[in-house]
Amino acid sequence: MNIALIIIFGFLAFSIFLGVQAQKGKDMSLEQWSVGGRGFGTIFVFLLMAGEIYTTFTFLGGSGWAYGKGGPTYYILGYGCLAYIMSYWLLPAIWKYAKDNKLMSQSDFFVSKYKSPFLGVFVSIVGVVALIPYLVLQLKGLGIIVSEASAGSISSTAAIWIGVISVTVYVMISGIHGSAWTAVIKDIMILGVVLFLGIYLPIHYYGGFQPMFEAIEAAKPGFLALPDTGLSVSWFISTVLLTALGFYMWPHTFGSIYSAQSSKVFRKNAIIMPLYQLVLLFVFFVGFAAILQVKGLEGPAGDLALLRLSMQTFNPWVVGLIGAAGLLTAIVPGSMIMMSASTLLAKNVFKVFVPKASDQQVAKLAKNLVPVVAVIALYFTFKGGDTLVTLLLMGYSLVTQLFPALVFSLAKKNIVTKAGAFAGIAVGVFTVAYITISASTVGTIFPALPQFIKDLNVGVIALIINLVVTFVVSFVTKSASTGNSTNERVA
Amino acid sequence: MKIQHLLALIPFIGLLGGIAFANKVTPYVFGMPFILFYIVLWVILTSAIMAMVYKLDPANKEEEI
Repeated sequence: MNIALIIIFGFLAFSIFLGVQAQKGKDMSLEQWSVGGRGFGTIFVFLLMAGEIYTTFTFLGGSGWAYGKGGPTYYILGYGCLAYIMSYWLLPAIWKYAKDNKLMSQSDFFVSKYKSPFLGVFVSIVGVVALIPYLVLQLKGLGIIVSEASAGSISSTAAIWIGVISVTVYVMISGIHGSAWTAVIKDIMILGVVLFLGIYLPIHYYGGFQPMFEAIEAAKPGFLALPDTGLSVSWFISTVLLTALGFYMWPHTFGSIYSAQSSKVFRKNAIIMPLYQLVLLFVFFVGFAAILQVKGLEGPAGDLALLRLSMQTFNPWVVGLIGAAGLLTAIVPGSMIMMSASTLLAKNVFKVFVPKASDQQVAKLAKNLVPVVAVIALYFTFKGGDTLVTLLLMGYSLVTQLFPALVFSLAKKNIVTKAGAFAGIAVGVFTVAYITISASTVGTIFPALPQFIKDLNVGVIALIINLVVTFVVSFVTKSASTGNSTNERVA
Repeated sequence: MKIQHLLALIPFIGLLGGIAFANKVTPYVFGMPFILFYIVLWVILTSAIMAMVYKLDPANKEEEI
């Protein structure tokens, strides 16, 4: 056991301790467990929301993209920025409605707005299907980090088991309280590690930021900007916009929205969050620094850029701190995902089919579903293979399909009907699945179109079809129902 | 449409509409490739704009529970 591993497991043990002690003195009803009794102040909500930005995807993937793809990586900064602007109006509205109606999950929102438990079942299934690959991604990242940092002395399989068992324990015991406490230590760690690496590495290897970028430009002209085709300007615009719309549609993000004490938190966060995400800039710098220093990481192996460069630069104890930060970026979002998926399955699926179940039974079931979700994720982590990548690409596009039905339901006069919401989401989800599984792009579907349209993110097509179907079906069902029922939209 | 909503539209236009013109590596600004500098600039402007929106919004003057 080397020093790096001791540090990593030290932090893991500390975060489990924090996670478990977080529930002290609270009766763990479902409301406490999944939305923190709606009592979280500015800092916890800020950190839970920030947890959405600093996942293993951004830690390993952000630097991996900078290393392998260059300029297109900047889209990560763009979408967060626009999402925060929308959050200023979107989140207080969602929060208030959830508080007034005592909602616990994202699906509850649809159930309540559209007066349809079965829409809730449907939205839950879409949510869980999108969440599982996201969880698997976190677990794979965790495995990579620990096995790399230990120089192979702990296999990634063993690391993943250890990580999953730890998270399962504190999620079952403390729920979102555990996630909030581990988020505190995670963000302190990640801030320190990322700022240090992003500043030190470019200076150490190139003598500064501009010399680093000049060296990359000399070796790979144009790599630091967007290419003319493929991940081009039109790809950038469509991807930033789509991802911004999908940003708050993840079921586990809803849990952190509900946990807030007041809606003012969100409006303040909309000012600070854009600046806070500039930390990602330093993640990119690490990836850029690796381009000319770590050779030969092709394709997905690019995700190793940050760790490989750190290992060839630093003492094992620094690698340990980096590994610990990386591990925390996996377990905080991982814990939120496990909790949301379990809440959805217990409250919005099970309870609909077994209406007699008491609140205590549902709360108990939600907690007991955590290990079940964990085992499913473990199965896909070890056996998923290529299907996993496909599912992963789908995840974001899937949750984005919930956006139209959700946003229109916030209007004073909702023009979307239950049937319209159902049909729109279903068609959108189906389109996403078809496009992803057949590996289509706008270019393969419409080969005759100009290049800038071909480069559009395919999710745009699904969202447009979704919107059209939502409106048409709403219009038809509304004119059919105006004759007999007068007021379907009692809030 | 209130002034806050118009303000909030500015970063969308700047970031999405302007990126085609900013898509180049040189000149370097603050050591960053031009396109990266342009995006970072908009991130900072977004924060400033949201601070103005916050000031202008009467909702933030009320006492909330």
